[in-house]
Amino acid sequence: MDWLATLFSDYTVRIVMLGCALLGFTAGALGVFALLRRQSLLGDAISHAALPGVAIAFLLTGSRDPLVLVLGALVSGWIGTLVVSAITRSTRLREDSALGIVLSVFFGIGLVMLVIVNKLPTAGKAGLSTFLFGNASTMLASDVRTICILGLACLLCLFLFWKEFKLISFDPQFAASTGLPERLLDTSLTTLIVLAIVIGLQAVGVVLMSALVVAPAAAARQFSDRLFVVVMLGGLFGALSGVAGAGMSASIEKLPTGPVIVVFASIITVLAILLAPHRGLLPEYLRQLASRRRIETQRVLQALYRLVETDPDPYRAHDANVLQVVGLRSARHTIAAMQDLGWVERTEDRGWIRLTQAGWLEVQRSVQQREGPH
Amino acid sequence: MNLDLPILLTAVAVALGCSIIGTLLVLRRMSLISDAISHSVLLGIVLAFLATRDLASPWLLIGAAMVGVLTVMLIQLLLTTRRLKEDSAIGLVFPLLFSIGVILITRMAGDVHLDTDAVLLGELGFVWMDQTSVLGLDLPRSFIVSFCMLLANLLFVGLCYKELKISIFDAGLAASLGFSPLLLHYMLVSLVSLTAVASFDAVGSILMVALMIAPPAGARLLSNSLAQMLGWSMLLGSLSAVAGYYLAIMLDSTIGGCIAMCCGLAFLLCWLLAPERGLLAAWLRSARQRVLFAAQMLAVHIANHEGRPEEGVECHVANIAEHMHWQQQFADDVIGYARRQQMLREQDSILRLTEEGRGIAEKLMLHG
Repeated sequence: MDWLATLFSDYTVRIVMLGCALLGFTAGALGVFALLRRQSLLGDAISHAALPGVAIAFLLTGSRDPLVLVLGALVSGWIGTLVVSAITRSTRLREDSALGIVLSVFFGIGLVMLVIVNKLPTAGKAGLSTFLFGNASTMLASDVRTICILGLACLLCLFLFWKEFKLISFDPQFAASTGLPERLLDTSLTTLIVLAIVIGLQAVGVVLMSALVVAPAAAARQFSDRLFVVVMLGGLFGALSGVAGAGMSASIEKLPTGPVIVVFASIITVLAILLAPHRGLLPEYLRQLASRRRIETQRVLQALYRLVETDPDPYRAHDANVLQVVGLRSARHTIAAMQDLGWVERTEDRGWIRLTQAGWLEVQRSVQQREGPH
Repeated sequence: MNLDLPILLTAVAVALGCSIIGTLLVLRRMSLISDAISHSVLLGIVLAFLATRDLASPWLLIGAAMVGVLTVMLIQLLLTTRRLKEDSAIGLVFPLLFSIGVILITRMAGDVHLDTDAVLLGELGFVWMDQTSVLGLDLPRSFIVSFCMLLANLLFVGLCYKELKISIFDAGLAASLGFSPLLLHYMLVSLVSLTAVASFDAVGSILMVALMIAPPAGARLLSNSLAQMLGWSMLLGSLSAVAGYYLAIMLDSTIGGCIAMCCGLAFLLCWLLAPERGLLAAWLRSARQRVLFAAQMLAVHIANHEGRPEEGVECHVANIAEHMHWQQQFADDVIGYARRQQMLREQDSILRLTEEGRGIAEKLMLHG
């Protein structure tokens, strides 16, 4: 725990962690909308498509100001999404191909430009290559300020137009029929998603930023059906991955930030899919197990009823194997469970099973339930 | 950088291999699988490298292919939980595998010639650093690897052509005829992974996506059958590779990036200019239809007023634009078109229908 203390006391590390938390929150929250609109992979395309914008912004202004580079990335990421929707609307190609083309071609153009930029004498590498994999440890207070301003602006817009965005995400046709400017809202929401992605490029990198849009949102979705809760949880999971990733990469040498953040986000998602209270796989399995037990118990009870139906003494003992005759193969576990409940007991001499008084009542109730009230 | 035939040939071989396999991906709506695989093979390469400590080892190919298949299996596994949609499942799996790969590289293999830039970006100019001698010729290893991949892809498509065709266009029929869709799927996925590794020295894994998707997508706009599409996509792919290579020499920049750029350009040209499905063709078609429709309306207008007292005003050439609520320019175009089509003639500046024009107008008025 010693390294934790140094971690939180170090000014630079605190700055970096704050930055990563903020961009994680923004990406996680906006990612929920991408998830709902089945646009998760648009994030992947956008983050790749942002690269030429970064290079052009640097070539035009010669400045390394994060705001300038982010604006460049925003413009080219946005053009990328326009091209994707233009291709899908005007040709017979599907969205997957359109995304693939935009992603790889824009990225290629970006690389060609980066190589040119890096050859300029003034560039001094300009730190532009960190945009590929991200490097949170080089984050300065000014970078964090940019993330802060843009991230908060993004979230503010999201909450100002909350109702509208909610409507176009769930029922765009209805939104259009109520007279909302659907295309405009759609574009604005996409722009916000693009913005959430490009502010993270410097820390997490082009190649991995898309994961921060997908994973926290996918995790949050497992916990609730209410949009507000999912968005908040998505933000929280994103922020958590950001802090954990940045902290770990700062405290251990030779550990790149972006990938560590992605690994954390993925772990959260896998845990959510496995363990989330209602939708989780494990709770579902346990529910299925419990209901299978319940059904089995009812079947054993009814089988016992059939055995004693014609018998004046309902508490007569029977060989457990008799149950096989009436169609229950192995009820050993169920009988053990029923013994624990005190519904049946085993005779001391031969280990036959016999209904107890409580068991007899239970049998009658079960039969009544099955046959319904007369 | 000088002109270097083996480098150019390597680029063309990679482009051909990618565009063959990419055609199948585009048609099966699996384009983004290539993106996922191109990222995640990094993990396979790293793991195989850490095991063998040899960059030339064939295990690198095998490891990468296995991780590629694993990627698709994991995506499938996530889908069967029904907790995620396909896009999220893809977007979750490959960044994770890729991240693990990057972390392993930076932590363990930092001091050797295997870095993320090399895998992601590739550099065709460096292929000579690694040579092998075949039949007494010194050739770059990437050339041989990518050439073999090209042959493997050709063989796959050639041998399974019929099966692929049925499974792409009618999956239900394919299954009922007894072709295992799953077997074909995983064969395709393995080939995509192998092609991804074979191409990564040459163009880098992300740019390989450009070669796998853009030429087939362009070809899709030019063709009406699988064979045509394969042919066009190989042509577009290899042209982009050659053009990209020369562009890179001109700009003194990365060959992979330039090839991706040319792929984009090739697609753009197809998108704009494809004879039937291009934007230009669609625009021309709609412009022609607009004029045709307007000429028919004009014929109806004249038929309504012909031989009546108001004819001199309503059917006067100078008044048509006003009466039909058209721009003057458009009215002139429509009248010119209608006259060329022998629908009407002009008599003392009054428009009159020909027999043909009257036939058209009457048919329209009769049937609405």
